[in-house]
Amino acid sequence: MAEKRVLELALATPGVDAAGNAMRVPLVSAEHTAQEPELDSDHMLINIGPQHPATHGVLRLVVELDGEVVMRVIPHIGYLHSGFEKLGEYRHYNQIIPLTDRTDYLSAPANNIAFALAAERLMGIEITPRCTVLRVIACELSRIISHLVWAGTTAIDIGAFTVFLWMFQERERVYNLIEAWTGARLTTSLTRVGGLMADLPEGWTGRLREWCARFPKTLDEVDRMLLRNGIWLGRTQDVGVMTAAEATNWSLSGPMLRASGVAYDVRKDQPYLGYETYDFEVPVGEKGDVYDRYLVRMEEMRQSVRILLQALDRLPDGPINADDPRVILPPKQKAMSDMESMIHHFKQVMEGVPAPAGEVYFPVENPKGELGTYLVSDGTAKPVRWRIRPPSFLNLAALPRMAEGHLLSDLIAINASVDIVMGEIDR
Amino acid sequence: MSGAATANPSVAALRARFGAAIGRSAVVHGATLVHVARDRAHEAFAFLRDEPSERYDYLVDVTAVEYRDRELPLEVVYHLRSIPRNAFLRVKIALDRSGPFEVDSVVDLWQGANWLEREVWDMFGVRFAGHPDHRRILMWETYDEGHPLRKDFPLRGRFSRAEQVRRALGADLSAHYSMDELSIADAYGELPADMRQRLKGAAAPEGKGRSS
Amino acid sequence: MELSTPSPQGASGFVSPNWVTTRLDDLVNWSRANSLWPMAFGTACCAIEFMATAASRFDLARFGMERVAYSPRQADVLICAGRLPFKLAPVIRRIWDQMPQPKWCISMGACASTGGIFDNYAMVQGIDTIVPVDVYVPGCPPRPEGLLYGILLLQKKIKGESVFDPSLRVEQLADQRGLFLEPAAVDELSEPFGNSVHQTRSA
Repeated sequence: MAEKRVLELALATPGVDAAGNAMRVPLVSAEHTAQEPELDSDHMLINIGPQHPATHGVLRLVVELDGEVVMRVIPHIGYLHSGFEKLGEYRHYNQIIPLTDRTDYLSAPANNIAFALAAERLMGIEITPRCTVLRVIACELSRIISHLVWAGTTAIDIGAFTVFLWMFQERERVYNLIEAWTGARLTTSLTRVGGLMADLPEGWTGRLREWCARFPKTLDEVDRMLLRNGIWLGRTQDVGVMTAAEATNWSLSGPMLRASGVAYDVRKDQPYLGYETYDFEVPVGEKGDVYDRYLVRMEEMRQSVRILLQALDRLPDGPINADDPRVILPPKQKAMSDMESMIHHFKQVMEGVPAPAGEVYFPVENPKGELGTYLVSDGTAKPVRWRIRPPSFLNLAALPRMAEGHLLSDLIAINASVDIVMGEIDR
Repeated sequence: MSGAATANPSVAALRARFGAAIGRSAVVHGATLVHVARDRAHEAFAFLRDEPSERYDYLVDVTAVEYRDRELPLEVVYHLRSIPRNAFLRVKIALDRSGPFEVDSVVDLWQGANWLEREVWDMFGVRFAGHPDHRRILMWETYDEGHPLRKDFPLRGRFSRAEQVRRALGADLSAHYSMDELSIADAYGELPADMRQRLKGAAAPEGKGRSS
Repeated sequence: MELSTPSPQGASGFVSPNWVTTRLDDLVNWSRANSLWPMAFGTACCAIEFMATAASRFDLARFGMERVAYSPRQADVLICAGRLPFKLAPVIRRIWDQMPQPKWCISMGACASTGGIFDNYAMVQGIDTIVPVDVYVPGCPPRPEGLLYGILLLQKKIKGESVFDPSLRVEQLADQRGLFLEPAAVDELSEPFGNSVHQTRSA
């Protein structure tokens, strides 16, 4: 039999002693020193993360291994907890928009839009037709760039490095478009309550059309490399299976839920931004393994291109901001010359826009899943409660369920397939 | 104050079954909300999940709201969805500010509640009786500045910045706090008393069994 | 005052610069600066911009950062890309301690440099309270060009160093617990000022 090992694990305790040192309680007390902990002699307790290239962020996984087989995996999160929700209670609604960029930083415009929609419903503001279509364009572009990162990082975890470079190159092309529109590549702060930060520059729609014509070819190249690749199939099929009933009970959402066979998409079932008028399909998997999630996300990118082209065709002219001077900042020339505009500007900037007392839960279909914004207002300009219902948080909670019994390398593939972003999980 | 004609019919079904345990309901911005008394909440949730006319099979979210007005209770808010019926319901349990913040856990009904309830404990200090793994999730386990999302918790924390950095650096990196990890290491007896108290809801440390 | 006689060791251990030492310094600094292996401590949004800098369009490899070291034992420069919450503070401290000398640190982004927009209970207000930082790259997130400029600045800094200067490779901790600044200095730097004073009011 293999020799038994004594594990020494120190446990931090609250408070410090007189010298300012943390008090440590040894896990193995005096009477137990001769005794080994109850760890099966063939099992090994290892720690993955929080600093690790394959955890997709600062995630810590404590794994009990029997050889290469994962007996238990316990995820520890909170290493990126930034106090977003607390900060939101100290900010005006428009000041929260830059915060939303930094939660799911892979698809920042979609987060901006999710929050703005919730705030607009809370305040009873209706956005203009042009703003509606532009937000759809931004949402679908965010979906594509998020899935590009997902595809690149999943492929690199499983060993296909080239796909990572291709996906990031496509992402750079989309960054050019987003930067031309908003001025920023990643943290866009695209929306304002009642409208958008800026309208499209000249020629932007033409450039987007060109990109939409070329992008599906890149997806085809990736599919040529992976779709029927024996190694890819061997690493992803029947790995990390979640049945439809389990996926529902574990509150999965987005591609994770759909890959398991549950046909729920917020864009179809609780449509917003006019999604019911667009012609697109929602891919639904059958088995709920890593391969199905790959198929679902690749197809979602193609459907997003379809929606983008329809949106470009129907993009109306007109203002991007609602016609409500209490909510929308006046143009600078008017604010400097017209007294009423100056007062509106002053009130909005110094006092913020108050929302009537009430509460709203607004779900949107983010690339990661159902991103819900729950806003509670007490009539002031700062929310009482800003709750982000994070899709990756709930998707990751199911990781133990998916990974136990698989090999360690499967754990990495499953973790990649969950498509987590720690900024959103930890907030 | 009952809702308008567009209220979710689940409210009427709840009232028919649970009577006085169902408090006020309203329709706010298109969503129906209903208050449920704390002591019958778990039954009500089981009814909402299992009753054929309700079938709220998907737990969207569990969170809490504390109002700036000290007179108002602290509300634990559950968002439920029925995927087959495409229905949505907001259920609230109002907890008096003076009383203990404790409700029954719904992890046995929806597995998704596991981490959600841990976060409500971490951020608000609401205990969930029967939760299998009752520990903090976003802050570290021995974080002792308090529960951050409470309104009496200042934005920048209670300690000075240098003290916060010092405490953070003193935390142990390899610490294991889940019952699974502790049972592997057989260290339940060495835990601080309040942590032991709180984890007692889970099974006593076993060698091989899985807690969920 | 000493005359500049070429003696290998002065009284304090500092070697007076002479033709041999400067040539040696040039060689060592050139090789160090042009093959910095980054320890990519990526936490949040800046990590995505770091990945974009490492990808094909901006390409860190042409600056010698061909191999991103994921083990601190094999890394030269710690690039903290992203915000650092208190829970992650002991992790970066341990990673920094695990890196062998010579080592440098780039603080990428506003959050790593000062805490950024997160002036709250959860965020370390700048990693320089915990590890010594050589170059700060501002931005939220900094553009890849900004990060490249920061790396070039670091290379310039390295080229100005001397192998014979012992003070460069010694770490001075201000506090026994691992703080790099005096506690009073940490508190003073972290206080809100200007407009930020109004941002800690809830209603």
